[in-house]
Amino acid sequence: MAKAKTNTEDYLRMYRQMVRIRTFEDNANQLYLSAKMPGLTHMYSGEEAVAVGICEALTDDDRITSTHRGHGHCVAKGAEFKQMFCELLGKEEGYCRGKGGSMHIADQSHGNLGANAIVGGSMGIATGSALRSKLQGADDVTVCFFGDGATAQGLLYEVMNMAALWNLPVIYACENNGYSEYTKTEEIAAGSITARAEAFGIEAFKVDGQDVLAVNELTQKLVARCRKGEGPFFIELETYRYHGHHVGDINREYYRSKDEEKDWKENRDPIVRFRGWLVEQGIASEDEIEAMNTEIETDATEAVAYAEAANYPDVSEVDMHVYAD
Amino acid sequence: MREITLSQAVNEAIAEEMRRDETVFLLGEDVAEAGTPFKVLSGLVEEFGTARVIDTPIAEPGFVGLAVGAAMTGARPIVDLMFGDFLYLVMDQLCNQAAKQHYMSGGKLSVPMVLRTNLGATRRSAAQHSQSLQALVAHIPGLKVAMPSSAYEAKGLMKTAIRDNNPVVIFEDKLMYQDKAPVPEEEFLIPFGEANVKREGKDISLIATSSMVQVAEKAAEMLGQEGIGAEVIDPRTIVPLDEKTLIESVKKTSRAIVIDEGHQSYGVTSEIASRLNEKAFYHLDAPVLRMGAMDVPVPFSPALEDITVPTPEGVAENARKLCSGEMIHAA
Repeated sequence: MAKAKTNTEDYLRMYRQMVRIRTFEDNANQLYLSAKMPGLTHMYSGEEAVAVGICEALTDDDRITSTHRGHGHCVAKGAEFKQMFCELLGKEEGYCRGKGGSMHIADQSHGNLGANAIVGGSMGIATGSALRSKLQGADDVTVCFFGDGATAQGLLYEVMNMAALWNLPVIYACENNGYSEYTKTEEIAAGSITARAEAFGIEAFKVDGQDVLAVNELTQKLVARCRKGEGPFFIELETYRYHGHHVGDINREYYRSKDEEKDWKENRDPIVRFRGWLVEQGIASEDEIEAMNTEIETDATEAVAYAEAANYPDVSEVDMHVYAD
Repeated sequence: MREITLSQAVNEAIAEEMRRDETVFLLGEDVAEAGTPFKVLSGLVEEFGTARVIDTPIAEPGFVGLAVGAAMTGARPIVDLMFGDFLYLVMDQLCNQAAKQHYMSGGKLSVPMVLRTNLGATRRSAAQHSQSLQALVAHIPGLKVAMPSSAYEAKGLMKTAIRDNNPVVIFEDKLMYQDKAPVPEEEFLIPFGEANVKREGKDISLIATSSMVQVAEKAAEMLGQEGIGAEVIDPRTIVPLDEKTLIESVKKTSRAIVIDEGHQSYGVTSEIASRLNEKAFYHLDAPVLRMGAMDVPVPFSPALEDITVPTPEGVAENARKLCSGEMIHAA
């Protein structure tokens, strides 16, 4: 863990946001298991420090692009539980009026340009957002989240080339959770992932993605440098996904051992680690933390109940929003 | 009225819109100093600078992706895709990303971008530089598709495309860049979804797009000399499609041939013919005929290439057969 700082509010917000993500995912998983959710979804549990460490270094003017495993990014960028659960259940009050679902949640008001169900599909969008920022003389930064699996897509290398040529304010955040769907990353990725970015002259960093303070500290520095025109940057965040590729991927011992999962959960959990640090530093007491956890659970329970009772969109909406006016 | 080339018309439209709206910018391969291989964009970099006329690496999915992201966050990019054939390279960015953002986000995000590219065979450029792929993109909800048939349409449709809040794909006929047509000096826009009746006639409707409008007009000229009145209609945009004007024409003439340079099977001609069958069936005296490019990759040899696309003679011959009541089957 990084050294103690005095900004108590920031630390507590980071903790709160990580717990909100975990709680959101636990509830989403239950909705799937109880057959209340249409389709399926990809859990972010275990990777909370990545989304929170990065998004806490951003403002609402800064943009992100997200992935199929995107609930964590969405919460971390400021989204509300109610509209998120409504979207997961295909309800009218969802962020996308039920048209996007889990894999396409976008929250324009907080700068979330949307999850993307094509692996690596948003790399162009993120880089284009950064190009727009530069062309318009704005100082906002765009973070492009993607997984280790997406490093196999050619698009990444096309857009990193242009971002580097034109010094665009974009940060490529590679969430390396060790698995590309149902395959170990070492089986699909040759050489070093950061070296690929370095080949374009992009400064690349590797950071412990289970350490929210380390992630946040690095991102703050890189965001500040992006705002000064020193981008782009690349970060590889070593992390772990607790669930399978998606909620239905339950019997997965053929590609990942239970011992390995147990080890990450017991010894490297980002929330447990940060909670211990908060108490040790005297930033929060166990009681205060428990109270926060309970409050978040209540929020989630209420939001789920709200979403379950909410209306589906009227059928007349089916051909709305195909074209903008 | 002054006459300018189709190339000049496109250039003028883009320059006017770039002067009018500073969020408009251009990007693509060799768009700046080179002004594209067809020299359509010559001079723009001198006026607007390299910040707004951006030469990209040869990375079509990458720079189309950049355009999508820039459009989603407040800019109006015009992407230059050097050949229509390269559409296959950018299908994910165009069809999964650009086309769907507005819908998937429940109307919160939009993608006001223009992808300008070209179509047209008989330039001896063989199978990967000669295709007319408008049907591919017209199939995708969320994209608009414009097909100018002269310098006049090229200018008016381009200006409308740039101001539209949706992704618009605009196909220019690469063999027509040097063709001149009267284009007003004063500003004008051509609205999407309004077909143009180029020539009136009572016996048969020739519905033709882009490069095929000239073919239809020449056929109509021949037919006129034989006493057959052919009405020539240019839909100008195939998405949105001005069904009403097409149907009204067919109700009047009771016969129609639809002509487009894309492959005939599952193509633009098939779609328009189906709609006429569905909505004007009881007014028809003959089956609606499709005339597209042959269902073969475009061959290199001039001896072969020239027979793959509709010609005025071919259109006229089919029109005569339809008008005489002869039962025909298109080759």
